[in-house]
Amino acid sequence: MIWNDDFETLPREAIEALQLKRLQQTVARVQATVPFYRQHFARAGVSADQIRSLKDLQRLPFTLKQDLRNNYPYGLFAVPLEQIVRIHASSGTTGKPTVVGYTRRDIETWSELMARSFAAAGADKGDVIHNAYGYGLFTGGLGAHYGAERIGASVIPMSGGNTKKQIMIMQDFGSTVLTCTPSYCLFLAEAAAEEGLDIRNFKLRVGIHGAEPWSEKMREEIEQKLGIKAIDIYGLSEILGPGVGIECIEAQDGLHIWEDHFIPEIINPESGEVLPHGEHGELVITTITKEGIPLIRYRTRDITRLLPEPCVCGRTHMRLERMSGRSDDMLIIRGVNVFPSQIESVLFNIEGINPHYQLVVDREGNLDTLEVQVEVNEKTFSDEIKEMQNLSRRIRKDIKDLLGVTCSVRLVEPKTLARSEGKAVRVIDKRKSLDS
Amino acid sequence: MKVQQISVFIENKTGRLAEVTRVLGGADISIRALSLADTSDFGILRLIVDQTDKAQAILRQDGFTVSKTEVVAIEVPDRPKGLNEILEILDRADINVEYMYAFVDRRGGRAIIIFRFDDIEKALATLPKSGVQLIKSEIFQNT
Ligand SMILES: [Zn+2]
Repeated sequence: MIWNDDFETLPREAIEALQLKRLQQTVARVQATVPFYRQHFARAGVSADQIRSLKDLQRLPFTLKQDLRNNYPYGLFAVPLEQIVRIHASSGTTGKPTVVGYTRRDIETWSELMARSFAAAGADKGDVIHNAYGYGLFTGGLGAHYGAERIGASVIPMSGGNTKKQIMIMQDFGSTVLTCTPSYCLFLAEAAAEEGLDIRNFKLRVGIHGAEPWSEKMREEIEQKLGIKAIDIYGLSEILGPGVGIECIEAQDGLHIWEDHFIPEIINPESGEVLPHGEHGELVITTITKEGIPLIRYRTRDITRLLPEPCVCGRTHMRLERMSGRSDDMLIIRGVNVFPSQIESVLFNIEGINPHYQLVVDREGNLDTLEVQVEVNEKTFSDEIKEMQNLSRRIRKDIKDLLGVTCSVRLVEPKTLARSEGKAVRVIDKRKSLDS
Repeated sequence: MKVQQISVFIENKTGRLAEVTRVLGGADISIRALSLADTSDFGILRLIVDQTDKAQAILRQDGFTVSKTEVVAIEVPDRPKGLNEILEILDRADINVEYMYAFVDRRGGRAIIIFRFDDIEKALATLPKSGVQLIKSEIFQNT
């Protein structure tokens, strides 16, 4: 179901007209009220009155996560604190957290966009929404909560943890929609199985999962183990929280980003150049309705691409492909951008290959070299040399065909690839030691 | 008439081959025949041992990738062109040899060749009819 037909199915020209108007207002507002932006724009030699078309967005400088840290805690707020009704913060794995503030209207917008997201995932007022995202400084719990109430569903504010109780309530209360991280979803299924319960017999029918990267493989596993449709949701606290974009249940193919509130761009993370639709790069988002902390060209570090093709669901807002990694992981090999996650997905599609691989990047003369090391297992092992060479050739060819980069393949014995703290070391870039 | 062979994937780095023989020796497993096929990066070690299942289990435990294949052991007549006669029989029957390796049976003093065929059933049906001597797998076991 489409929650807000007026906005979600706007023709492209109307979306762009609305975006331009809202962009101009936002840029003028931050220039007037946020000292950081006033200086930031001045240094880039640009000012609000120069934004006359959507293309002019590209004249504005990027905002980085570091800019939020440098202005900790309230420096980027565009309204006085008395207009802020809620404060969230992202967990600061390194140093201080990044802090975001919401005005009453921001909370309203967020609830609306989460309501659209729930509706896109097939939820409605008849549903019992089991919200296992954490409530607190993290935006997941409250963000989903307000949207769930907005569509009129019965929301159970579970928050995270206490798995046994989660399972009991899910079963007894007849939860039909589960919102949590994809990994917690699988954890719940396993914990239920340990108690002798088959979670597939519960009333659950839809899971809405985000806040961490996951793969198509993981979706298959979730859908199979829980007997539900698993929907990918995207959001980040700096921009809003959950509900920036979501897959529709009709297609489950790419996440509609709510373009009447956000302008997405894809850039080359090295050069900052804006890439055409369809190309992989870093997602940059400009908020165009936010009051508390509007962000101009915020670099998300998430790697994806924009899918402008029309969607079967009827929504006209563009889709983002499932996030395929972080721009910090990007490798440039002979001028071609490659993400380890792209190589991983090529390998996943070759029958029998296990997920253990390592990329060794080096330089011979002036040429970058990429060696893909893949562990041999009993499914891929053959007693015939030519079969093994066929495997290497197949990997090399698929990587060349799909990613446009030439590599060599080395088959290695199992468990020889370095693992640290249970997490595999995916990339060894020997060029770095050459440069320094 | 089939003989069980185990194959082990080994990287081309020092000590890996020795590790295989060390593990097998430590478990009192005797190697009857052996061949190493290698490329610049890796090798495939093919072994015929006296206790196939035990060898496979113990190598797996040590982290090796192991597979089991069925091969045929053939006694090669001790005369000029002895091997050639066998190959011609196979050729006429359109049976492909994936690889082969030879060893000398110490007890019988005979030359034996291990063949890996693309179609082992067809080979087993064809060869005895043409008078080729197949070796029973028992000779590889401990007696
Ligand atoms: Zn759609």
